Amino acid sequence: MKKLKYALFTGCTAKESTPEQFMSTMAIADKLGIELVVLNEASCCGASHLQDYDDFLSLVLNARNICYAESRGLDMVTICNTCQLNEAMTKHRLDSDPALKERVNVKLREVGLEYKGTSKIQHFMYAIIEDIGLDVLKSKVTKPLTQFNIAPFYGCHNIRPTELHHDVNGGESPYNPTSLDELIEACGGVSVDYAEKNKCCGFHIDLQSPKTSNIMAGKALAGAIDGNSDWMVTPCPLCHLKLDIQQPNASKAMGRELKLPVLHVQQMIGLALGCTPQELGLKHHVAKVNFV
Amino acid sequence: MSLETKKVNFKVFRFNAERDFLPYYEQYTLDVTHEEVVLDVLNRIKWEFSGSLSYRRSCRHGICGSCSIKVNNKAVLACKERLFDLVELFGDELVIKPLSEARVVKDLIIDKKDFWAKYDAVKPYLIDDIDEAPEVENLVSPHEVEQILDSEICIQCGNCFYSCPAIENNEEFFGPAAFAKAYRFAADVRDNAKIERLEIVNAPEQGVWDCMKCFECAQACPKDVNPIEKITKLHNMYFQEGIAKSNVATRHAYAFKRSVEKNGLLDEADMVLYAERLDVIKQMPNALSMLKVGKLPMPWNQPKSEKLDEIKKLIKSSSTVKF
Ligand code: SF4
Ligand code: SF4
Ligand code: FES
Repeated sequence: MKKLKYALFTGCTAKESTPEQFMSTMAIADKLGIELVVLNEASCCGASHLQDYDDFLSLVLNARNICYAESRGLDMVTICNTCQLNEAMTKHRLDSDPALKERVNVKLREVGLEYKGTSKIQHFMYAIIEDIGLDVLKSKVTKPLTQFNIAPFYGCHNIRPTELHHDVNGGESPYNPTSLDELIEACGGVSVDYAEKNKCCGFHIDLQSPKTSNIMAGKALAGAIDGNSDWMVTPCPLCHLKLDIQQPNASKAMGRELKLPVLHVQQMIGLALGCTPQELGLKHHVAKVNFV
Repeated sequence: MSLETKKVNFKVFRFNAERDFLPYYEQYTLDVTHEEVVLDVLNRIKWEFSGSLSYRRSCRHGICGSCSIKVNNKAVLACKERLFDLVELFGDELVIKPLSEARVVKDLIIDKKDFWAKYDAVKPYLIDDIDEAPEVENLVSPHEVEQILDSEICIQCGNCFYSCPAIENNEEFFGPAAFAKAYRFAADVRDNAKIERLEIVNAPEQGVWDCMKCFECAQACPKDVNPIEKITKLHNMYFQEGIAKSNVATRHAYAFKRSVEKNGLLDEADMVLYAERLDVIKQMPNALSMLKVGKLPMPWNQPKSEKLDEIKKLIKSSSTVKF
């Protein structure tokens, strides 16, 4: 089999508040024989907030990010749902609107770049499922997570809106997503079914509406805990930040204690593949990862 | 020729606000065909088994917006949603519920007063001094019409509203349908009340800045109105029109540009500090717990993009607004 090679768009979070996410991405890529070329030239995806401020600017900057995957002849993988949303949205809008694409390219040419639309953009989790396959992944598991009930938390921006994602997320339905459940099972764990697994964590209104935001996070944590979960797993570092760091706030909002380790999907895969806690950065969690 | 059928177990929500203390479910196992939509099954249940089952429907054509209900928590138009699609998605047990359990009048019929109040609040009509005897036609170009981005095709079904988690947790929030309508007129070149409407939907706790960007509304809409897209467009309008008020949400949006200009990447601490100003004090417990586990890069370790000059150049040449 040809060696898998992708351009990795890390986003800001993996370089800042979730260093463990970057470490675990690299660790499992290594175990799975995937080569990742980090796009260090890339800028912030805008997180849907720069998009609120200046839509055209956000398009130009994201098109530039994609250019660096294209110029290397590689498909892009993301490790954050919101990065995925904004890179995929940029691609979708430029690919479907030649006039807009030209307006963006006029700007990019000033710095010697051109957006073509040749690179696929996919969350790393879905690239693993699609290009490696659950069966192969399963065959590489050396430390099956058999003793754990694991709550999948999908995060909005990988599953909604369908039109944007269905080509690169295995056609997942936002009303009944299954990929993360299947990954959990492939790693040997038991996936927990609970009502909030495909709901919003509240991250994006954390500053302006902390109350609503904390209730969203609280309901998700409570749902997972009541479903008898040992821990939660998510493909989105922003969900992780909200659900991990803010457990005290979520607890207050719900009027009950909510304590649950929240792992990145890469860390879960890494544990099953036999990576060490150090390689997976398990100490960088606020809700302690106390089971390994 | 016999049609392919599927056996489906339906659990139908029943409740009469005048009589019942608690809701209950009635179960029916029916064979359904690939042609049937949910409304067909509701009719069959009503006509063949339970004449008292109540639900709204009128056009049977996806246009009146009255037949909205939830099937396995997915908001659907009963007259548009095919049963085979639902079975493929959820399997052969389908739970039929009203759009909002809290607002049930009888069975699947809800009181949509809250939806309509929000809708009315954004003045959902054209505001203009109409010349009653114009000498020339008042032409609107196709390009200008396109800017409305299909926001006019909303059928007020409420699917988005009753799927919106911001509404669920904050009853003051105007909700996606009202925002899409506000945009529909704000983007209409004939309308004279753009600023007025933008001010209405700017209200803290109620307005566009409290949208959590979950895309539930875009997903739930049977007409592809894509309310969240319109909410983003409304956000843009505050900056384009130069009427954005400085608050935590607008500063949050602007802070991204500020960071990217400086580092290429987001400076998370700077962003929070800039957006929250003195209120940043309430973020201290979070910051401390992050610091303890190595989740906060120190200012001197703040990562930067390579080729930052290129990014700065593009920000200069491509910015379309100032704040
Ligand atoms: S994107 Fe915003 S308006 Fe739409 S459902 Fe989510 S919170 Fe509500
Ligand atoms: S925007 Fe769509 S879902 Fe919302 S009320 Fe209108 S038609 Fe229904
Ligand atoms: S009956 Fe009119 S939209 Fe369904």
